[in-house]
Amino acid sequence: MTGAASWSFSESDFKQIQTQLQAFLREANARCALLVDRTGQLVATVGETPAFDPMAFASLTAADFSANDQLAKMIGEAEFASLVHQGEKESMFLADVAKRLILVVLFDQRTTLGLVKLKGKTAVEQLNKIFAAMFNRVGAGPAAPAKGLLEGAEDEIDKLFG
Amino acid sequence: MSMINYASREINCKLVYYGPGLGGKTTNLEHIYSKVAPNSRGKMISLATETERTLFFDFLPVDLGTIRGFKTRFHLYTVPGQVYYNASRKLILKGVDGLVFVADSQIERMEANVESMQNLYDNVAEYGYDLTKIPFVIQYNKRDLPNAAPVKDLQASLNPGWPIEDPALQKPVPDPVHPGQMAVSLVSGQWTGRAPYTEAVAIRGDGVFDTLKAVSKMVLKTLS
Repeated sequence: MTGAASWSFSESDFKQIQTQLQAFLREANARCALLVDRTGQLVATVGETPAFDPMAFASLTAADFSANDQLAKMIGEAEFASLVHQGEKESMFLADVAKRLILVVLFDQRTTLGLVKLKGKTAVEQLNKIFAAMFNRVGAGPAAPAKGLLEGAEDEIDKLFG
Repeated sequence: MSMINYASREINCKLVYYGPGLGGKTTNLEHIYSKVAPNSRGKMISLATETERTLFFDFLPVDLGTIRGFKTRFHLYTVPGQVYYNASRKLILKGVDGLVFVADSQIERMEANVESMQNLYDNVAEYGYDLTKIPFVIQYNKRDLPNAAPVKDLQASLNPGWPIEDPALQKPVPDPVHPGQMAVSLVSGQWTGRAPYTEAVAIRGDGVFDTLKAVSKMVLKTLS
């Protein structure tokens, strides 16, 4: 690989992911679920609209997860597949999805960590399937290039930068 | 790793500002933050120590405009420059689409520049990326200081060029930043590539947007 590979997803992929996450939120009685890719980009948000800046949140989530990944390796674990940050009122549960994404669940006292973890496990399995199918379909696996999207748009690119 | 979201019609790309400690990486982002219209940028996050040294990263999302109906959103990151923080520095490089190396022009910082550049090569190689093939711009910062080294000395130390062995790429390519200069040229019988460079005084904002434009344009061109 000469550089970082791109990936893309279609509207139908997006709908499938949303449907899955909405079902999970209902079952777990959690407030909000975000799907973030490991490089810190926000992929989807479902449930209550967060009051914070979701992009900043996504970048911190990815950093948090990556840092913990390294900590796991240092103590001889292959990974921490999930993490929990528990607050007095608000808590978050983070779980790995397809080794490329992170599911972040925000929940409060209306539910329990146990229920979120239990339902989260099933949701992660379902999301893994969706992403595996998505990566297979695009052919080159998770690193499918997005090259060509802006083909012939050189003039537009030049114009953008004056 | 640019991410294309066809549902929200967005192209998201990741740019990382690398370089030695106190070289001006955070200052670059702060200037961009202060000049970009609030509706075209997000919140700037800085994970810094009490003395304002970057501990993990700074983060700033910026919208640069629309191409083919897609909003182009660049996520700008800095890394901690201090040698000590290599473990966290490496994490930030994951999925990078374009790199800016912010070099400190001061003669006294030459060794720190070289060490940081070597560290960048090592860290990107660990991810399997090739620095000679991904969008990469070198910014010589602090050009206003009396002890700034001449650009040609900085170029010789930090950007000496790399041999181009692929016959298909052995052709002259103009430097995208400096008209009249070459990014790929024949040097003493060997085809050689060089990263484009910019000159800056980030604290005044000079050259900051030139650098951002140069690298983001290179990133978008990889999608065309």
